[in-house]
Amino acid sequence: MFALNDVTKIYAGQPALGPVSLTFPVGRTTVLIGPSGCGKSTLLRLLVGLVKPDDGAVIFDGTPVSPSNARAVRLRTGYVIQDGGLFPHLTARGNVTLMARHLGWDHGRINARLAELAELTRFPLDGLDRFPQQLSGGQRQRVGLMRALMLNPDALLLDEPLGALDPLVRADLQTELRDVFRAVGKTVVLVTHDLGEAAYFADLVVLLRDGRILQQGSASDLWHRPADPFVTRFVQAQRGPEVRDNEP
Amino acid sequence: MSHETNTRNNGWRVCSSAFVALLAIVAILSPGCSRPANRPVVVGAKKFTESVILAEMGARLAREGGVESRRDDLGGTPALWLALTQGDIDVYPEYTGTITRQMLKADPPDLSEALAARGIRIGKPLGFRNNYALGMRKDTAANKGITKISDLRGHPELRLGFIHEFLDRPDGWPGVKRHYDLPQANVQGMNHTLAYRALVEKAIDLTEVYTTDGEIAQYDLLVLADDRNFFPAYEAVWLYRADLGDRHPKVVEQLRRLEGRISEPDMQRMNATVQEEKRDEGLVAGEFLGRVLNVGDGGQSSDGSLAGRLLTTTVEHLWLVVPSLLAALLVAVPLGILAARHPAIGRIVLAVTGVIQTIPSLALLLFMIPVMMWLVGKGTGAPPAVAALFLYSLLPIVRNTYAGLTGIPAPLKESAEALGLPAWAILWRVELPLAARTILAGARTAAVINVGTATLGGFIGAGGYGRPILRGIDKFDIPLMLEGAIPAALLALAVEGLFELAERAISRRG
Repeated sequence: MFALNDVTKIYAGQPALGPVSLTFPVGRTTVLIGPSGCGKSTLLRLLVGLVKPDDGAVIFDGTPVSPSNARAVRLRTGYVIQDGGLFPHLTARGNVTLMARHLGWDHGRINARLAELAELTRFPLDGLDRFPQQLSGGQRQRVGLMRALMLNPDALLLDEPLGALDPLVRADLQTELRDVFRAVGKTVVLVTHDLGEAAYFADLVVLLRDGRILQQGSASDLWHRPADPFVTRFVQAQRGPEVRDNEP
Repeated sequence: MSHETNTRNNGWRVCSSAFVALLAIVAILSPGCSRPANRPVVVGAKKFTESVILAEMGARLAREGGVESRRDDLGGTPALWLALTQGDIDVYPEYTGTITRQMLKADPPDLSEALAARGIRIGKPLGFRNNYALGMRKDTAANKGITKISDLRGHPELRLGFIHEFLDRPDGWPGVKRHYDLPQANVQGMNHTLAYRALVEKAIDLTEVYTTDGEIAQYDLLVLADDRNFFPAYEAVWLYRADLGDRHPKVVEQLRRLEGRISEPDMQRMNATVQEEKRDEGLVAGEFLGRVLNVGDGGQSSDGSLAGRLLTTTVEHLWLVVPSLLAALLVAVPLGILAARHPAIGRIVLAVTGVIQTIPSLALLLFMIPVMMWLVGKGTGAPPAVAALFLYSLLPIVRNTYAGLTGIPAPLKESAEALGLPAWAILWRVELPLAARTILAGARTAAVINVGTATLGGFIGAGGYGRPILRGIDKFDIPLMLEGAIPAALLALAVEGLFELAERAISRRG
């Protein structure tokens, strides 16, 4: 679905990404992982033309993404950011249906799609008429997901979608999100800094550092066949809780 | 001309044409800018009692000549002269000394010929003189042994208060000071009525008086003898446009009936009646015309009842505030959007609107007279006031639109863009609604400033609450001042309340 060909992005004279070449398999979930500032969010923005590459090309469905077709790419791609990026002046319903209304969908079609999505994301129907501030973090994230899926896009991009949630909500939502990914069968690109989360979602994990790809493969490749000492360090830094039973 | 100045000139030209375009928008929105062929005869008046009484007589006599007519109060001599030569007013009462010394700045052998060259006619003297003179409290003068102007030379400590016009005029203080070689340095500019109050309260020692002023008798003041003949004769005359005689010969005929009919005691009495007894100028003028010329409506006031006057001033005031505010919204919101989109343009836009805000409101108002004359052919009344109010209302709205848009968090803008909305839809569906509360707060500030500043419209005949306030100051008539000041305050409160409701309606969503 998406591919990057030798893409470079420079911010304020400093290379932020690249050169990077990467292909995102259709219908699969690719997880971009790495420490902060490694370029994973920049990569996501490049895919929908929110930023332009300084060199190389971003390909969507066989065509290079350019300013002239970036909007068409965005209509076929859902995009979710941390905490949902919801518009505070619109209700949950207003947020989800904004683009469909702009495109002139009729009422019946909008409501049918909304009901479908609320069921898919297990969002309570009475919450649809609340404003974002009146919703919990997990509910906001569901609204963000519904908004991204409204036009039934071919691809779904998520930038740290669960980063702002508390651990219990996060675990619940991870399960739901994976179910959604499986149900819709779309090309998914998810950015996280949590290896556990990456392993949970990913068909393909891509580890980035300083704007370059260090290793790509399955999560277990990263655990058992690290390509670089940094991969080992990154993997080991993500230690789980140490619970000892035999305290004296 | 160097290349650099050339470029600068071009830039200036671009700026000024943009400015003119803005004003043209205001002009289209502002009322009464067209100039109908059979418009009423307008009689100008300066902002003091005598001039207003004479102008009321002029308006009544013009009606006798069978046309619609009204009085326009227009501040000082330069504004009246400009309005007369430009055709905003048709006629006004002036004084011969002022014509030669201030307007022509020459003493031509044939005054009417010199004026005719400018398309202006002068009538014969109305009968009385209203000379400039210097006045003091009798007790102060007696203590210091002063009876004539040359006696002032021995008293450099005297505190002097004059109206600003007298301070500047060659036939005013600069001329007297030179002619008599006077030493006084403590000189303040103040309103004529306030100068009289200050003199009575002994806050100043000497002020200029007009020999027909009602206050001279009222406060029993000493008029110093002009022992070296500095002040010229100020004989009251009609000044009117040459084309008035062509358009309405009967009006000119009627106006000239007043020639030689008003004696100095007559004028003093009429001034005193208005000043002391707080009688309406129109009534006093009407009574005089009825008695002396046997003219129609006797003593009827042209101003009507309190409720009628309030309704008129309120409607006039709203005609200043509403069009200027709407025009400002239509222009300032796009300017704010432009400023938020292009930081370089934004700095210029914010700086220019900021500079406009620092221009004193009265100066801006006067500056608008020739500009609006040139743009819409009407340099007095509502158009210049609306234009000035429009310019004043820009800054708060531009600045808040800019702040509201640039204050939107980056992730929200990115979300809107990532949805695939085109730029105009992002602005319309996301950014403007998010900035709405801030923009509304700017409009609220602009509206309240606008209601207050619009009272200055009284200076250029724009009407509104400013008219009773300014007339009240001139006559030291407090109830008349309040007749403008209280409704103005109430209107400001009403505007506040209206915006409060609008803000609540907006913030109920989210």
